[in-house]
Amino acid sequence: MLHTINKSPFETSTFASCLGHAAAGDAVLLIEDGVYAAIADTEPGKQIKAKNGTVSFYVLGPDVAARGLTNGSLAEGIQVVDYAGFVDLVAEHEVAQAWL
Amino acid sequence: MEEPDVSQPGVTKKFMYVNRRAPYGTVYALESLEVVLIGAAFDQDVSLAFLDDGVFQIVKGQDTAGIGMKNFSPTYRALGDYEVTKLYVEKESLETRGLSEDDLLEITYEDEDDDWAEKPSIHVVKRDEMTQLMAQQDVILSF
Repeated sequence: MLHTINKSPFETSTFASCLGHAAAGDAVLLIEDGVYAAIADTEPGKQIKAKNGTVSFYVLGPDVAARGLTNGSLAEGIQVVDYAGFVDLVAEHEVAQAWL
Repeated sequence: MEEPDVSQPGVTKKFMYVNRRAPYGTVYALESLEVVLIGAAFDQDVSLAFLDDGVFQIVKGQDTAGIGMKNFSPTYRALGDYEVTKLYVEKESLETRGLSEDDLLEITYEDEDDDWAEKPSIHVVKRDEMTQLMAQQDVILSF
């Protein structure tokens, strides 16, 4: 399954709830304000690092750039994709679940 | 309700705009900035507070070309020209988000009482200092 998260982990429980429900082999794509979860050395960033491998993590590059974050400041193991990569992820997975 | 007498000079109140939302995901940040700029015409004692996800509004290096939205972050740097010169940023909010003052826009103003010396508008304050600043206000507008 592909999970997308579009809310800041510092404002809502969306990120925490999604990670609590992501099964081994699932992919999680952070978009819009969801990309803030990818900042290294934060609680959400540490959770990504800890769960990486069991779950694959992706972040949408244009949303990262818009918010002034740099790829270098992102949690280890997270992969940056563009809009075409977003489409590929949706196509690769049977089901997509949008965590709002 | 009694109509305020806007023709009366010399009535200056302390206004604080509290910003707690990230930019772009919702319209709160942009709307707040618009209200601040409009409100600047009224010659009041204005300050801005950035806490929680609001600190993301003034992160430098924002590039919105890829998401088809206007990058309004340069506008914060123009606030000094509108005599909005006090931007308080909560230290704890920065730290929780892996940020420091170095990650923020350089926002300055020219101090007319000090030979137009360029001074920083941003003040990083601790939560208890923010609490005190809030307690000093006459009006708080929350976004």
